[in-house]
Amino acid sequence: MKHVLSVLVENKSGVLSRVVALIARRGFNIDSLSVGPTEDPSRSRITIIVDAEKVAYDQITKQLNKLVCVYKIQDLTNDAYLERELVLFKVNAPAEKRSEVIEIANLFRASVVDVGATSLTIEATGSEGKLEGMEELLQVYGIKEITRTGKIAISRNSKDA
Amino acid sequence: MAEDKKNQQLAPVAIAGAPIGLGSANPKQGQRMTGAQAVVASLEAEGVDLIFGYPGGHAIHIYDALYDSKIIRHVLSRHEQGAVHEADGYARATGKVGTVLVTSGPGATNTVTGIATAYMDSIPLVVITGQVPLSMIGTDSFQESDIFGITIPIVKHSYLVKSANDIARTLREAYHIAKTGRPGPVLVDIPSDVARQHTVFEYEDSVNIASYKPTYRGNARQIKAAAALISQSKRPVLFVGGGAITSGASQLVSALSHKLRIPTVTSLMGLGSVPADDPLNLGLVGMHGSQYANMTLNRSDLILACGARFSDRVTGKISSFAPEAKLVHIDIDPAEIDKVRLADIPIVGNLSYVLESLLAQFENGVEAPDTQEWLADVAQWRDRYPMYHESLDEDTECIIPEKAMLKLSGMLDQESSIVVTEVGQHQMWAAQFIERSKPRTFITSGGLGTMGFGLPASIGAAFGCPEKTVVCVAGDGSLQMNAQEMATATINQIPVKVIVVDNSALGMVHQWQKLFLQERYSATELHDIPDFVKLAQAYSWTAERISKPEEVAGAFERMLSSEGPYLVDMRIPRDQSVFPIVAPGRALTEAVGAIDLGERVERNVDNESDAEEGRC
Repeated sequence: MKHVLSVLVENKSGVLSRVVALIARRGFNIDSLSVGPTEDPSRSRITIIVDAEKVAYDQITKQLNKLVCVYKIQDLTNDAYLERELVLFKVNAPAEKRSEVIEIANLFRASVVDVGATSLTIEATGSEGKLEGMEELLQVYGIKEITRTGKIAISRNSKDA
Repeated sequence: MAEDKKNQQLAPVAIAGAPIGLGSANPKQGQRMTGAQAVVASLEAEGVDLIFGYPGGHAIHIYDALYDSKIIRHVLSRHEQGAVHEADGYARATGKVGTVLVTSGPGATNTVTGIATAYMDSIPLVVITGQVPLSMIGTDSFQESDIFGITIPIVKHSYLVKSANDIARTLREAYHIAKTGRPGPVLVDIPSDVARQHTVFEYEDSVNIASYKPTYRGNARQIKAAAALISQSKRPVLFVGGGAITSGASQLVSALSHKLRIPTVTSLMGLGSVPADDPLNLGLVGMHGSQYANMTLNRSDLILACGARFSDRVTGKISSFAPEAKLVHIDIDPAEIDKVRLADIPIVGNLSYVLESLLAQFENGVEAPDTQEWLADVAQWRDRYPMYHESLDEDTECIIPEKAMLKLSGMLDQESSIVVTEVGQHQMWAAQFIERSKPRTFITSGGLGTMGFGLPASIGAAFGCPEKTVVCVAGDGSLQMNAQEMATATINQIPVKVIVVDNSALGMVHQWQKLFLQERYSATELHDIPDFVKLAQAYSWTAERISKPEEVAGAFERMLSSEGPYLVDMRIPRDQSVFPIVAPGRALTEAVGAIDLGERVERNVDNESDAEEGRC
């Protein structure tokens, strides 16, 4: 099953390599990964989504916990948590279609961040489902390019940071 | 209160991360110096008096600072891999951290096999590598290698030092991490410009790493539950691994075994933790373990695993391993729990602490299990399936390695000798037949199986324990992988004794080809090159060659009584196999080549062909 891991690590070079190398070495594919500093500049948070069975998953988290650079691992999968991802779509939009595309963006509370002669770039955030829905609709016009951040997640329960 | 007392009782390595040297009380504290001098001052403050290494362009400043040290002795190896194995052998023999200093690029990459070897066997090392200057990192400059990146999967932790101000703290942390918790190798990569920067030297005693807090005390409730489970068991067995040696728990393992009348079996890494002549100790289990030890482990109803990790070389086919056994798994590394075999009662902690608490349970009312019937069964297997029988190989003109190892075993004092091995058939014969009764007196590359480990490791062990006789049992294949270290022994007057169990073949693979691959001997014949006697003599060793059974005792006597390094090239038949053997992927119960006195004194092997054309 899919697990959403929130890994609190030292904010130092080489740390991401260690974490990723460890997961890769045990033969797991990372579905999504994002990393950024936290409220404490000496620490970063890595959000990882992996697909693994229980025994293998337990082994990954135990091995990750062994890394000296890892402070804490939270498995958000079974808790209430919020996840978000940011996507930039570059969509074909000749003048006559432009308003239609903008309308779709508005429906998804996305915003147009760049306009070209024949294309629009839209910035959207949200859950995986929402972004997939939007992608489907935009496909009708022809998507020239997509780039996405990978998911970040946070628990709803504020007691453990 | 009790905490401090207990900490002192244990081997210093297991718990206390503090320097064994002067620490912050060192005379250089507060002085202004270069980064290179700070490296040397840190090692001195840490209590390091011996390091192994090999200089080069980007380690030259550290070597220059080392030139002034009156405390640290540097041993120049003849290859960086040799230096790491030497430090490793030193660490295994003494329980201290082994230290290595090498240069960047190839110097650093040559340490990789040594680091991986130490990592697999949980040996504490600090490996300091020179690096190209910070400004040149990533430019493919001369002798640049990303050793930090290369070693990520095989180190416990690693550092790339970016400022001379970080050197003291980094090295303090490196030693702390290397020797506490589950020990392991730590790499410290120091760019040459950092070594030339100036800093004020401040060495601290304590280390506080928020993300690194090993668990030492076992959970009391789990220990109680384990005692209850043991108490109810009918066929319990103590499975003892290298962790028993690391944590200094040998005596506690024996105490528990005797108090509860539970037999012990050991992994390769656990040899020496329990006295070989202890009637309750069945010795080596696994692929080349005795039939009786394997049967005991496999038919048990409760395994109490003490610092053992259920390697595939122990368990054989995991799905049919000890099918009726419940498992109490004690290990300091939580990741070992449930990794291979699910534990019924996991206990994470230092083995010494946990066994002490467990013993207390039985001293305070928990009843010992009734193992009388079980021990009778075990004794019966032991009589029926001996590891070797003198009547085998009676009519041969050749030296039989089993007999030679038994001979050697009888000539070695348990207290004052260390046996080191290379990797292969000879390693298994040594493990099977050389009795070891003290921890840290059997040194072998268990996890990685590194050919070329033995000679340098025996040199390192001899440096660490100069009062002991160090004997390296080698193969003709393995010895050639680091034979250059013979020079290190000679020059430093290290009197290691090497027995080359010489079958002119890569014996273990040859044996597999014979048993499992229809005798298709692909690339396993070594021929008689080099002449090991001449090779040893070229390094100013004393050496002799023997090929007849009656020559063994005399040669071993001359070797053991000699003052300097000594090599015995002991020629054996190429066809000699290590038995019993559990074929890879097969169940422990399916060993071939075990002697069964219940039927006749013969090995249960179908296709054992005769020794080759009289070659001894």
